[in-house]
This record gives sequence, C-alpha cells and structure tokens, in this order.
Amino acid sequence: MSDLAKSETDGSRADIETRRLEPTEYEKNFCDVLTPLDRNTAVREANHCLFCYDAPCIDACPTSIDIPSFIKKISTDNVKGAAKTILEQNIMGGGCARVCPVEELCESACVRKTQSNDPVKIGQLQRYATDHLFARDDAQLFERKASTGKRIAVIGAGPAGLSCAHNLSREGHDVVIFEARPKSGGLNEYGIAAYKMANDFAQKEVDYILSLGGIEIRHDHALGQHITLDGLRAEYDAVFLGMGMGGVNALGLENEGLEGVGNAVDYIASLRQADDKASLPVGRRVVVIGGGNTAIDMAIQIKRLGAEDVTLVYRRGTDEMGATDHEQEFAQTNDVRIKLWAKPRKLIGDNGHISAIEFEYTKLDGSGRLIGTGEFYTLEADMVFKAIGQNFDAAPLNGTLDISAKGKIAVNDDGQTTLNDVWAGGDCTEGADLTVVAVEDGKKAAASINTYLSA
Amino acid sequence: MADLTCKIGGITSPNPFWLASAPPTDKEYNVVRAYEAGWGGVVWKTLGEEGPPVVNVSSRYGAISYNGTKMAGLNNIELITDRPLEVNLEEMTRVKKNWPDRVLIASLMVPCEEDAWKSILKRVDETGCDGYELNFGCPHGMSERGMGSAVGQVPEYINMVTKWCKEYTKKPVFVKLTPNITNILIPARAAVDGGADAVSLINTINSITSIDLDAMSPTPVVDGIGAHGGYCGPAVKPIALCMVGEIARDPECKNIPISAIGGISNWHDAAEFIALGAGSLQVCTAAMHHGFKIVEDMIDGLSNWMDDKGYKTIEDFRGLAVPNYKNWGDLNMNFETKAVIDEDACIQCGKCFAACEDTSHQAILAENINGERKYSVITDECVGCNLCELVCPVDDCITMVPTPSDKPYMTWGEDPRNPMNQAKKVG
Repeated sequence: MSDLAKSETDGSRADIETRRLEPTEYEKNFCDVLTPLDRNTAVREANHCLFCYDAPCIDACPTSIDIPSFIKKISTDNVKGAAKTILEQNIMGGGCARVCPVEELCESACVRKTQSNDPVKIGQLQRYATDHLFARDDAQLFERKASTGKRIAVIGAGPAGLSCAHNLSREGHDVVIFEARPKSGGLNEYGIAAYKMANDFAQKEVDYILSLGGIEIRHDHALGQHITLDGLRAEYDAVFLGMGMGGVNALGLENEGLEGVGNAVDYIASLRQADDKASLPVGRRVVVIGGGNTAIDMAIQIKRLGAEDVTLVYRRGTDEMGATDHEQEFAQTNDVRIKLWAKPRKLIGDNGHISAIEFEYTKLDGSGRLIGTGEFYTLEADMVFKAIGQNFDAAPLNGTLDISAKGKIAVNDDGQTTLNDVWAGGDCTEGADLTVVAVEDGKKAAASINTYLSA
Repeated sequence: MADLTCKIGGITSPNPFWLASAPPTDKEYNVVRAYEAGWGGVVWKTLGEEGPPVVNVSSRYGAISYNGTKMAGLNNIELITDRPLEVNLEEMTRVKKNWPDRVLIASLMVPCEEDAWKSILKRVDETGCDGYELNFGCPHGMSERGMGSAVGQVPEYINMVTKWCKEYTKKPVFVKLTPNITNILIPARAAVDGGADAVSLINTINSITSIDLDAMSPTPVVDGIGAHGGYCGPAVKPIALCMVGEIARDPECKNIPISAIGGISNWHDAAEFIALGAGSLQVCTAAMHHGFKIVEDMIDGLSNWMDDKGYKTIEDFRGLAVPNYKNWGDLNMNFETKAVIDEDACIQCGKCFAACEDTSHQAILAENINGERKYSVITDECVGCNLCELVCPVDDCITMVPTPSDKPYMTWGEDPRNPMNQAKKVG
C-alpha cells in the first residue's frame, strides 16, 4: 500500500495517517474475535445437540463432516476423537471453524434452529475440538500409506491445494505444491480478516497438514512465470490446479488510478502480513464499495485501524448482499455505516488523490433489473476500496484446457478438467467461493486422482 | 387459595414440605434459615447416644451429572450428627420455642438396646419436639456399627425398637425405612405392627456414584480409596415412588401415614407422591443443590395446581392414584395405543426413527425427499411402546392415541393366549 501512503506528502488534502490508535489498541482490535469455548461451555453446548438421525447439518456441510458424532464426542470428553471425526472429512476443519458462514451452512440446518431458533454452535464446537487437538503433543492423526512412487503437482497452497495434497499424501503419493506467494495458506493467510485468524492460525494449520510428510511446497512459483502447465504435465503423473482467483473486478469508471483508490483484497493482504499494524496508512473517511464478505472485512478492519468514518456502499439491498446477516450485523456493531441501493458514478480527485465519490441511487425496474434513479449523492473520502468481486485469470493456462461460461476452469463432478491428467478446484472453478467448498473440491479431486493413478 | 395444611401421624404442619434429616438440618442456624424460607418442618439431623463420638471423614459427597445437568444423583458418606448431644438438644429446644407452628422432628439412632432408646427418648422429649423418626435407613458407616440400615434390614429389630419407642414416649413415632431390601412391605409391616404412627421412606440407596479413573477409586475419594455411600436426588425418585405406592396400597400396612422421601425437587414431584398416598414430603438433595429458597415455588406451584384442579386441601387428592397402582396382571390386554406424529411440529431430528428402528419395532418410516425429511408411523407395526414419544424433543409432536375398541376389559389371566387358559380348555 505504499502508493496509498504517498498521499501523506502529495499535496492533496487527503487525511491519511499511520498510527491513528494507541499502540495497545491494535492488539485489542485484532485479537481473536470469538472467545474460544472452555470445557464447561463446550460440554453444555454439546449437550444441546440432539444427535439427530440422518442429521440435516451433515447435508449442509460441503465437506459432510459427521457433526452429531463429533459433538457427541465432545460431550463425553473424547475431544481428540471429535477432532479426528472432523479432520477426516475436512483437514482444514480448524480454519473452517473460524471462517465458515455457519449460520448459512450447518447451523442453518440445525433442527434446534427449526425448533427454537437456537442452533447448536457447531462452528465454535468444531473449533474447540480442533484447537484441543493442535495443542496436544500427539496431534498427528494420520498416516501415509506405503509410497506409490507417483508424483502430483499442485498449483496453489490455498485450501483447495492443501486439501488435495493432504489427501493424496495419505494415499502414499508424493506431492509438490507450487505457490506464487511467499507463504502458504492462500486466503486463510492473505485474505481472511485478521481477527478471524488470530495467533497465526493459518500457518499452524499449514504446518499440521505438512507434518504428515510427502508434501513439498515451493513458494514464489507462479504458473505462467516460473512454471507452465505443459511442463508440469510432462514431469508429474497428475496436476491439480487450485490457484484461486487472481484478478480483481474494476469499477469501470474514470479516475480509478487516483491515489487512495485501491483493491480491498490488496489492502487486507498487506494488513495480514504487516508486522506492525500501526504502520498501515489509514484514511479518516473511508468508503468501501461492495456487498460481500471481503467488503465487510475491509470496512471493519479499517475501522479497527482507526478510520473515523467508514461507509460501505452496496448497489442492492441487504437480502442480496453476499455477506451474511451475521457479517452485516457485525459491521454495524463495529460502527460501519452501511448504505444500500446506490452505485458509484464518479471518482473525484484532488491533486491526483481521491477526495470524494459520487453515487447514484438505484432501484429495481419493473422487470427486476437494477437501474439508476437519476438522483445522486456524494461522499467525501480519503480512501476508497473496491470489493466488488474477483475473477479468474485464465491467461497462464495458455488455452490448454476448457474454460466455463462463467470464465472459470471447466471441471466434471470429480473435479477433472478437459485434460484427463489435470484436475482443478476451489475458487478457480465454479461453485461457492468458500474455504470449505475449496477443501471439499481438493478432497474430491484427490480421490479421483488416486483412482486414476491406481488404474 | 388452596389450604396446604398437612396432618400426618398426629402432627400438623403449615405445609407438607419438610427438610429431611441430613446435613441441612444439622444445627439451629440452618434450621432457622429453613423456617424463614418457608419450610413447614424439619427432621433434625440424626442424634446418637451420648458417649462414643461420631467423627466424619473429609470428602463426603459424590454426584452424577447427566448431560451437563449437575447433581442428577447425589451420594454421601456422612454419618449422623457429629456435634455433642447436649448442644443439639439445647438448640432444638430453642428452635421449637421460637417456631411453635413449624414441625420439628427428632431423628434418632442408638444401638438396639432398650435402655439406650429409653434414655435418649427421655432426654429428647424435653426439647418439645413434635415427634420422632427412627433412623433405620442409613446404609453406610453407622450400619457397620450395627445401626441404621443394619436394623432396617431386620424386620424383627424394627418391630422391637418401634415397640420400645412407643412405650417410652407419648410423641408420634415415624419409622424411617431403608430401600436396601428386596421387599419394602416386610419392614413396613414390621413397623406398623410395632405401633408406628407413620413410616418415612426412602432412606438412601447403597451406591458408588462413580469411579475416579485417575485415582482408580470410588468417589468421593478419601485419601485414595472410597466406600459405598447413600444415593439420593432426582435419580432415585422412581424407586421411592414405587416403594411408597407399595405401602400405600398394602392392606396389611393399614393406611399407615407416609412421609415420602426420595428425589422430591419441585411441586410436581410433591403432587405425585401425595397422589400416591404420601402425607408429608421430605426434601434434601434439592435444597443442598439450590438452597432453601426452592420451597417458595414448591408451595406456590402446588397451591396453584390445586387451585387449577379444584382441590381445596391436600386430603382432596391424597391417594387418588393409589387405586390405579396395580400389578401387571391386572392390566387390560385389549387396550391399544398408537403413535401419531404431527408433521407440522416435527423438526426432522429423526430421533424417533433411530429409536424405533434400532431398538424397537421398526414402526417408523423415514423418507428423505430432496433433503426434506419425513417421519411417519407405520400404524400396523406400532405396538404402542411410547419410546418415540419419549425421545421426541418437541412437546406434543408425537402423541400416543388410544385405538377405540369395543373389546371387553381382559386381563392376562383371562386372555385366551395365556397358556394356562389353553391348558384349561384342553383339560
């Protein structure tokens, strides 16, 4: 974010500063957002679970974790067993416990919600079990089968790639992961809000996955720059593509290059990697554009860095927001103002730096299409962040495999691409852009690759 | 407003809620707090003879929790009072003087010697207490010295000591029975024959609440080992109800008044025991778990329920369930009830299906139509066991509906399927 920081000296009136807070406030604002359950609370919560037959929560979990079984185990203090039940289905169960939109997945299906709008806190119980395991000396639950001598290349050390690699390694295959960034973890390391992944959990989870053995990670290896798909196919027995979405959607307005206008994902990545959060440049008045969880994470985090006014503007209503109700409410309790039904029309600069942004009110026309009303308002802004979605950059693939109508890698139900030795999963394929879905994609592809290699 | 006055064995109490002889009634301080909270009476913690000291160990209680609920059952290895007799008597005298409308019963446990009983009765009579309860029940500690349940397990001793007590005091004598026997009627009849004015039951049940898997010892652990204790609390209520019912319906027990004890935790439990013939109700674990204040809801809840039902006094409904407590052989073989599931109320937990499919009669159909779970009763297969209704977490979602029938009332004794009847036919 050095380009944003420049505004401090660029002669504009933009109010951007570092160290807006007292040093102690950063720790407080970016520590774990949820207090982990203690044993007493966990057991009480576990006893709220009915241990359903054909439990709807299992169906609602993309990785099909046997939720009633792991919760039953928590209730009997078989916490290590609970963790195993979770990790067998979802090796990133610890991370998912922190980042899953549980209120839309497992907890939404919980019969206790149906009964009394009081679902079992499945996410928090999952975290209780996995945290317990990670704190143990004998945390390793898995064993590699005898080596098959097969080698698989995985692109991307995010949830899809790590999940795929772990499942393949368990089968006795050797995996090399090529990761463009200097660290592993993907969005868990670079994209998720800091307070959801406190205490370097993303790296701890990566370390746990690698502790199985048989997985090598080569950082700073980007597809299309340091490696090519053709090269990997020639060298390895199979390839899994889990590189996520590299591109960020633009507003398509003039002046998007103004200083102070940036991508939310970039700012969040710098925030996650910053050794000293006080060193981040923070505008006094910040506008975030978008309605997904990235927009919410951006708005809350810059607020927690000391921005005075943070406004999130979304072109539609709350029901259409990608961010869950829970996230929206969390933004509001963090003093983020949410303005709905307006779209950005004009970025207004002052000496090359953003100073204000004009919005047009929106509404649905008779056919349900979003249109501008012709009425406008302007928000003063020292910083504007775009969080209106990301896109998959297919260029590094050089057209070697088919791309879906939505611009992502086309795969069959097993995650296999149109190349029979190449699989793909996670955000670079279609489907919900969730960590838990990426983990499932990786797991499913690994099973398919294993079958392919065993044939 | 219902009248909760309770009359039992010649004693009148403003309400039927008494604290049982136990740690909560060990001294004046506790008893006064109990009276202030509204308890109708107390049975003072058991007095022993003067002389041989009673010394308690440290680490005295163990409990079981059930699904996160603490103290579903409580176990203790405490002995009778370990305070000097003189101190207890002095306090009892003062308490009775200051609280004349409340019941104060002295619980006694001395060796099976006539002089010992004669002597203690003489001394305790002077406190002005309303009556006695002979502790023939404690199953631990004192029983190893030939008292407590060691007496309660020998009907002849019960009979003998009861007679002595009736001879040496004019006050009512309650006999407290141990459940650690095979048939409660034998000791109960012995007490009745001995002239008891009432029986109190149940005392605690022999128990090991748990094994400490680190210490590898029963709990409570006393320096690495444990002894069996006496079990009480909500978990023992069904056992107590059954024993109370046995005595209430037994002609040989001649309607002996019953002071019921055993897991009574609220007004609902109280109403059940009264319906099964109990006069007064003794409470211990619930008070030890929650404090004396719980009596407020016991009184208020019982009173409101009685108002709703139109019962003006305790006697109006006391014993109403006794004629309906029968033996299995008296039941109607032609009665049939079937489960009905209210699909609108169903939350799709499938507990009824798992229970019926795995452990009962495979009488529930589970369907999963595009993720919508539907559970329905296969009426022809349903034997009316109630299990699905019992496991269902939703009130009134599963109901048991009796099948209308023109068939006559027919006991197993009259049932043609009974081999004895077939034998008769052939004969």
